This record gives sequence, structure tokens and C-alpha cells, in this order.
Amino acid sequence: MAAKKLNLRKRYELLTRGMGWETSYQKMDDVFPYDTFEGIKITDWDKWEDPFRLTMDAYWKFQAEKEKKLYAIIDSFAQNNGQTNLADASYLSAIKLFITGVTPLEYAAHHGFSHLGRHFRGEGARIACQMQAIDELRHAQTQIHTISHYNKHFTGLHNPFHQSDRVWYLSVPKSFGEDALTAGPFEFITSISFAFEYVLTNLLFVPFMSGAAYNGDMATTTFGFSAQSDESRHMTLGLEIIKFMVEQHEDNLPIIQRWIDKHFWRAYRVLALVSAMQDYMLTNTPMSWKEAWDIYFVENGGALFEDLGRYGLKMPKHHELATAEAEHLSHQVWSVFCALGNATGFHTFEPSEEKMAWLSEKYPNTFDKYYRPRFELWKRQKAEGTFEYLASLPQLCQVCQIPMIFTEVETDPMQISFRNTKYKGDNYHFCSDGCKDVFENEPEKYVQAWLPVHQIFQGNCGGATVPEVLEWYKFQPEDGGDYFDSLDYRRWQEWHGNAEAAKTGS
Amino acid sequence: MTVIAKDGYVDLVQDKVDNFHGNQVVYVSWDDHLLFCAAQAFPLPPEMPFKALVFEVIPTVFSWHKEFEQVDWAKAQWNLDGNDFVPDMEKSLAENGVEHKSLIRFKTPGLTGIDGTRM
Repeated sequence: MAAKKLNLRKRYELLTRGMGWETSYQKMDDVFPYDTFEGIKITDWDKWEDPFRLTMDAYWKFQAEKEKKLYAIIDSFAQNNGQTNLADASYLSAIKLFITGVTPLEYAAHHGFSHLGRHFRGEGARIACQMQAIDELRHAQTQIHTISHYNKHFTGLHNPFHQSDRVWYLSVPKSFGEDALTAGPFEFITSISFAFEYVLTNLLFVPFMSGAAYNGDMATTTFGFSAQSDESRHMTLGLEIIKFMVEQHEDNLPIIQRWIDKHFWRAYRVLALVSAMQDYMLTNTPMSWKEAWDIYFVENGGALFEDLGRYGLKMPKHHELATAEAEHLSHQVWSVFCALGNATGFHTFEPSEEKMAWLSEKYPNTFDKYYRPRFELWKRQKAEGTFEYLASLPQLCQVCQIPMIFTEVETDPMQISFRNTKYKGDNYHFCSDGCKDVFENEPEKYVQAWLPVHQIFQGNCGGATVPEVLEWYKFQPEDGGDYFDSLDYRRWQEWHGNAEAAKTGS
Repeated sequence: MTVIAKDGYVDLVQDKVDNFHGNQVVYVSWDDHLLFCAAQAFPLPPEMPFKALVFEVIPTVFSWHKEFEQVDWAKAQWNLDGNDFVPDMEKSLAENGVEHKSLIRFKTPGLTGIDGTRM
């Protein structure tokens, strides 16, 4: 008798739920030792609604097709010297920050989801996590493959994973990823799938993918599109896990709310780097950080939490501060990169006249009043030859690890926001109430933070001088500094037939 | 809050003072001079006299700012870990109450940044 062809539904059930069973030789708690200690109570894993009906074989097929298309485009980009069609070589600073800051985070997420794909007791959730684990690995891999083409022509793209482990500003995304990875599985998925991928992902996607499109970077646009259908799956998973946990037991609600508060703030602080990229590094910017924040967080995020209100969930704590900061964030972050531009793995530069006019228009309340003067001063100093980089190490926030540059935007935008606490006799400092709350909920965790500045003082970073530390980072001498003095700039001018600028720099 | 963890938690304080080879970390902020972006960090021996902080350490970094040469230290206003204080220049950092990871802020009346912009 010929085997009967199964209908899709049956086939789906067999390939997901059919893969799980109640163990008898070993206790279920011993087989799944990680999914209870956080206090989340799951009474019935069968109530898990698969957020997307995708079997592993369909997943393979689908991904393989996308992969084929992506690599065809990458090949043609390389063959046609696509790098020469960028808006400007200074745009590459964004890509340098992306490959060193975000790609290693994708790889870390792959680790996390692999763990969940083994350790969630419910097989539906396990399989969703297994797929996401492969997605994250694929994203890291395709980003490396795509961007490796730029590595042949530009500086600063040669050691992203090494640098992710060591560089002062890369500890910001790294510590966020490790914060999630070292939590239990339910907190991890709340952090990555909900707070990051559901609530905030568009704020990363817009600057990178449409930013890439606006700046002639077809390679990055293509991996963005290739990742997009995965991201929508990830977002669905993020929402499903939140609803599932809340519906399973009333005791779960306060735990989840605390995680949402924490990981919203942690992820938002990581995105501070993205804000600078969006407003300053991109030559042509599709929308400002403030506009993106208003649409994707204030409007869309607001609507989301209104929906989630029926489960008893509230907007993440300190979201008002994040919204108030939207008019300041990118300017403050870009300022610190410019002041410490001899210690970055990408090029910094003051905004052009045209860009400053755009910033004035997009930030009518803040740019001219608080930020334009410093960029104009630095520009003047560079023209006179009197500019110097800041020769010291800044105080860092114990939680987000960003230099303590943020100010009291609601009361006095020129006053640094200092927060501190004492724990077991030691002083700890924070950039904001958001970071301070995170610390105070779990001080035992954050006293372990590997703060790059303190590690230099402790003698763990190759030496005490800037050149020694930069060598330990594997920064090449031509990686950092001002764009207009750079090898990238000279090469760009050469390609575009501007021989004079190519010889002398600016 | 009690630690929520699967197994025993290691009591690791990454930045305990013993890890700094006889120094302690001191943060210094020059208020109303935001070109410095953030307070600056220094590893300093606790027995260092306060005057050495002011006349030897602070200039290494803060002289970067063109207003620095106009600073009149006799008029500077000091704040230590959130409280106004008058340092004894002859006494050590420790004797002045400066702890490991203390934050020292100073204001310089009359000097409020380039063209009064607080930067």
C-alpha cells in the first residue's frame, strides 16, 4: 500500500509535538533542569500556541532559497566593485560599528537560543528556539560574508570578534548580550525576543537597512532583506512567550514586568550607539533617531502595551526618560566618540554644514542650543591645527558601561546625570535611574561587570598607555582618527579622480 | 533581593580596591565644562596629598580646556560624593574622605565654559 500523504496540519504536529515525550527512566526535572529556578510557573506546556507553523524541513528549504539569492547578489556586488558606489567612504563607520558591535551579538544570541532549544520543557517552544538559533548563526555568518568585501578596501573591519571582547565601547553591546545569556531561559527570551526584537528592533532595522539603501550599500541592504523574514518570526515568538507566561500563572506577572523594565532599559542603552550611527555616521539619513523613536517606540510601542494591558502588563519603567532623551541621545554619543576619536576602530568627523542644517531642522529644541557649538569649535580647532583628542579615560556606568555622558535632559541638559549607590561598602555609579534600578535589583550580578576603564587600571589590557591598549585591541594605526586624515578618505578620493585630496588628505 | 540562580553564586567583586595595585580609583568632574563629556577616571594612591591631585593630576587632563589656565583654585567649590566640602590641601585623599571610586566635582565660579556655553 502506498504511504498516504499527510496533510500539512498532521505533518506539522508530528514534526513538532510528536518529537517530545514524558521521560520515564529519568525525572523530567533532571532532564530539564533550567526552566524552573527563575520562579516562572508553567502548568501546561501544551497550551503553547506555536506562533508560526513551520516544520524543520520547510525551514531548511526556505532558508536555502534565500541564501542562494543573497550570495548571488553579494557576488555581483563584488564583481561590479559595488564599494565605489557608496554615498561616501565615511558611511563605512556605521558598518564598522555594526560588524564589531552587532554581529557578535547575533552570534551570542545563537548560543542563547541553542540553550533554550535544548532546555525548554515544551517541544513547541524548543523547536521555535532551535530555528531561531540557526537564524542567529546565519545572520552572523551572512553579515561577515557580506562585509568581508569591504574589508578588502577599507580599514577597521579586520578583527570584529577579537574587538568585541576587548574594546571600551563594544563592552556595551557585549555586556547586554551576556546579561541575557547568564540569566535563566525565560529571562533570556524576554530580553532578546521581546524587549529587543519585538519592542525595539525597528530602531535598529531602520538605520541599518534603509540607511544602507540610502547610501548605495546594496550589500548590506540585501542581507537586511534576507534577515527580515526571520526577524518577523522572532518578533512573533517574543510576543507569544510573553502571553504564554502571563496566562500560565498569575505569579508570573510581576517577574515578567521586572524583566521587561530591565531589558527595555538595557537594550535601549545599547541603541544609544545606533542613534549616533543614524544621525551622524550615515551620509544620507532616511529619518532621524527622534523621528524613529516617535514612530517605533512612542506610537507602535505605546499601542503594543495598550494591547498587553489586558494581561496586566505596563509600559516599561523609565520609558518617559528615554523619550525625553530622544532629542539629545545621538549628539551626546557622537560627541564622546569625536572627543576620543583616537581610540575608536572607525573614523569620526564633525558633521558637514549640510548635515548640521539637517540636524538643526530635525532637532529644533536642542541641536543649535546645546550641540552645534562643540562641533563648530572642533572644526575650527582642526582647521587651525590646535585640536587634540581627550587624553584620559572616562567614568563608566556600572550597568550599561557607556561613559557617563548622559545629562539631566528634563531639568538641565548641560549637567551630567550622576547616580550612585553603595553596596557592601563600595561605591557604584550609574548614568541614569534606569541603570541604577537594574543594579539595585541584582547587585551581586553587576559588581562583576568587566568595565574596560577599570580593567586598564588593573593592568589587564596590554599596558597603561593608549598605544599599548589599542594594540591589545588589535586596532591598526589607520583604523581610527579623523576621517579626513584617513587612508579610507585618500583612497576614496583616488577612486573618484580627486588626485590632490588623495595625496594630502583634507 | 535574594539572588535567583540555579547554583551557588560566586562572590566576585571585579573592582575591589585590592585589584588596583595600591591605587584607588578617583573620578573627577569639572562642572560646566561639558567638552569633557564625562567625569574622568584616575588610579591614585590614597596617601596622595590632595594638593597633588589638584596641581599635578588634574592639569594632565583638564588643561586640555582653554579656560583651565584661568582657574583660581582658591575660589574653586568642591563636592565629594554628593556633599559640598572644603578639602585640606595638605592632607591625603584618604584623610579628606576620598574613598575608592569616589566622585569629586569642582566648580570654578566665573568660568562657565567657552563663551559661557557650559562646555
